[in-house]
Amino acid sequence: MTNEEIREEVLDILENIAPDEDLSDLDDSLNFREQLELDSMDFLDIVMELRKRHRIQIPEDDYINLASMDSTVTYLTPILKDVEKAK
Amino acid sequence: MIRSAVDDQRIVITGVGLTAPNGDNLADFRAALLSGKSGVDRYHIRYVGDTLAGECHFDELMYQKRKELRRGTRAGSVSIYCANQAVTDSGIEWSKIDPERVGVYVGVTEHGNVETENEINEIKAFDYDTKVWSHHHNPRTVANNPAGEVTLNMGITGPHYTIGAACAAGNAGLIQGAQMLLLDDCDLAIAGGVSESIRTFGIFAGFASQGALAENEDPTRASRPFDLDRNGIVVAEGGCLFILERYSDAARRGAKIYGELVGHAMTSDASDFVLPNPAQQSRCMNLALKRAQINADQIDIVSTHATATTSGDIQECIALRRVFGDSTNTLINNTKSFIGHAMGAAGSLELAGNLPSFVDGFCHHTINVDHLDPECNLPGLVLGEPRVKKEVTYILNNSFGMLGINSVVIIKKV
Repeated sequence: MTNEEIREEVLDILENIAPDEDLSDLDDSLNFREQLELDSMDFLDIVMELRKRHRIQIPEDDYINLASMDSTVTYLTPILKDVEKAK
Repeated sequence: MIRSAVDDQRIVITGVGLTAPNGDNLADFRAALLSGKSGVDRYHIRYVGDTLAGECHFDELMYQKRKELRRGTRAGSVSIYCANQAVTDSGIEWSKIDPERVGVYVGVTEHGNVETENEINEIKAFDYDTKVWSHHHNPRTVANNPAGEVTLNMGITGPHYTIGAACAAGNAGLIQGAQMLLLDDCDLAIAGGVSESIRTFGIFAGFASQGALAENEDPTRASRPFDLDRNGIVVAEGGCLFILERYSDAARRGAKIYGELVGHAMTSDASDFVLPNPAQQSRCMNLALKRAQINADQIDIVSTHATATTSGDIQECIALRRVFGDSTNTLINNTKSFIGHAMGAAGSLELAGNLPSFVDGFCHHTINVDHLDPECNLPGLVLGEPRVKKEVTYILNNSFGMLGINSVVIIKKV
């Protein structure tokens, strides 16, 4: 998956997790929590959804990398480089 | 007990919030009952396939965001809708209520089956890998979930819990709320029962295996308590939560009062997992009458529990004959013939649908009785169309459940 594809996928997951939020003006450099009403259970949803879609395990120590869109894409790029985008 | 004449020991109903398969508020529900409108329709659920059910169609987004819906349970949504509607109906200015003095007591037949089945269905697609089992599972399935979701939604910081009481739960929730008011645990109780049971295939499959799941070409004709052609239960979802207050508080604020809980009783059969016991059912009714300090003949309307199983209907009729045999005043009806069996919500919904009788002077009827079972031929049974009952002062509401749990409440016109 390309960086853009990974971003699209994370955005798709966020749309499911936070269906009341407007994600059109999401700032990729800012923490999700600064822009969206997300709690710890929501972050677990991101981890869970990535696990379901790509069978990847994200260690708890790495959750910090899911803070913003930029950091999430950076973290996932090497993990998903050989993976096709989920349909 | 609730018979005290002291106004702060009298418990009254001042608000009703409900969703039923044929109405999402008391006025619509009552209109549907008086006009003979069924809420049963065709329904599909995984593994079982095509069947029948009473499904509710209230606006889930009226009081919840989509995210809250996603995170919570159907029983939680039903409870939130009913609780908010009940508060609105009561005329209480919510912002002036001390949230620490509000208690939430929600009767449930079961809770957690729906959510557990959903998760098992989800991990099935992953070769039953439990690593994809949702972290939402536990907060969704804890037994207090429906009541807890109400407190989260409404900012209530008083006590909350559910009352697990099989299909007697609607009455049991109401009784619990009244008792907590009398114990001064709260000043306002949101109490009744809810059900999400049509979302679990296990309920349908269980009744089918028991030979007790209704079938009919015409869904609206499927729920047939007291009829010789009945063939089982129509499962329904729904909810009804009441606002309960002490009479003194209600009178002080000039509240509209639906009725006073003047008698209640709960008993156990101690005889069978499933089969009802008319001796204990009649004892439960007599105990409630004794506590209300009235005779059976003073009851104007009996709202029966009958679910359209042959054994259950006949056993309840035996119990009713023992209690009301000589009564010339008492009319008898059944709400499940309209909506099916709303499980944990049944007791409170069936009571709510009869409360307007105090004002409109009608006893709603029982539908779908084309060939009355002779063993259910009770003298006061109202069939086919509503009956005028100008002076309704007392309503007795039966609700019974598996494991031999019996509940009765008596409501008096105020």
